[in-house]
Amino acid sequence: MASYLLIESRDPFESNDVSYYYDLAAGLVKDGNEVTLFLVQNGVLPARKSTRSGALAGLVQSGVKVYADDFSLRERGIAAGRLISGVKPAPIDTVVDRLAAGDKTIWH
Amino acid sequence: MSDKKMFTIVLMDAPYENARATTAFRIIDAAVRHGHTVKVFAYEGAVALPFAKQAPHANAVHGRDAAQEDHPNPKDWIAAMMQAAEQAGGKLEWINCGLCVDERGVGEAIAGVTRGSPADLWKNATASDNTLVIPTK
Repeated sequence: MASYLLIESRDPFESNDVSYYYDLAAGLVKDGNEVTLFLVQNGVLPARKSTRSGALAGLVQSGVKVYADDFSLRERGIAAGRLISGVKPAPIDTVVDRLAAGDKTIWH
Repeated sequence: MSDKKMFTIVLMDAPYENARATTAFRIIDAAVRHGHTVKVFAYEGAVALPFAKQAPHANAVHGRDAAQEDHPNPKDWIAAMMQAAEQAGGKLEWINCGLCVDERGVGEAIAGVTRGSPADLWKNATASDNTLVIPTK
């Protein structure tokens, strides 16, 4: 079993690639790996309840730990109380901590 | 095992163009403030990030001079992160891809920036505890 940090910077309303990245996260968990998905920049947009939030909620249900960059949330005026269940705001230090822990890290 | 780690971070984005550069700086800043050592390999447009001749400018539309505009330049942020790294007991090393520098004519970099090649990236990535590649789209 390995630990992965997947960083998603893209907006699913703008890029269909995001769904493939979510599929990667789900597949890694299904294979018994630990997966952290860190949303940053426009990647935080689906963390607020919308028509594109369902896939993210599904990842939470599947066991992926999902964090949303607190700075990116503030930039976009998204309060922590507006996030879908299971998505937690987190500082950028989370990325550093996962790097230090040795997670295999991929940026998208 | 030491809790101080070494990371290689690979940057590709030119300054003033994309939020990726800002996010990359935030990650580097957080890492060095924790005392970790960060080795940046910049290639393509990212080699202009530490270009020494970046200059603040006025904003005539808003009627502000250069001092009032206080326009941020990434070279200053890089210098500040290098200083923060030393204060925290780590180090920020910045290698610019030499060919990319020559193509763009941005050879005059701030102090602490060195010139290298993909071989340096390979060596640093091999020696590091972890590597993060932040590519353009």
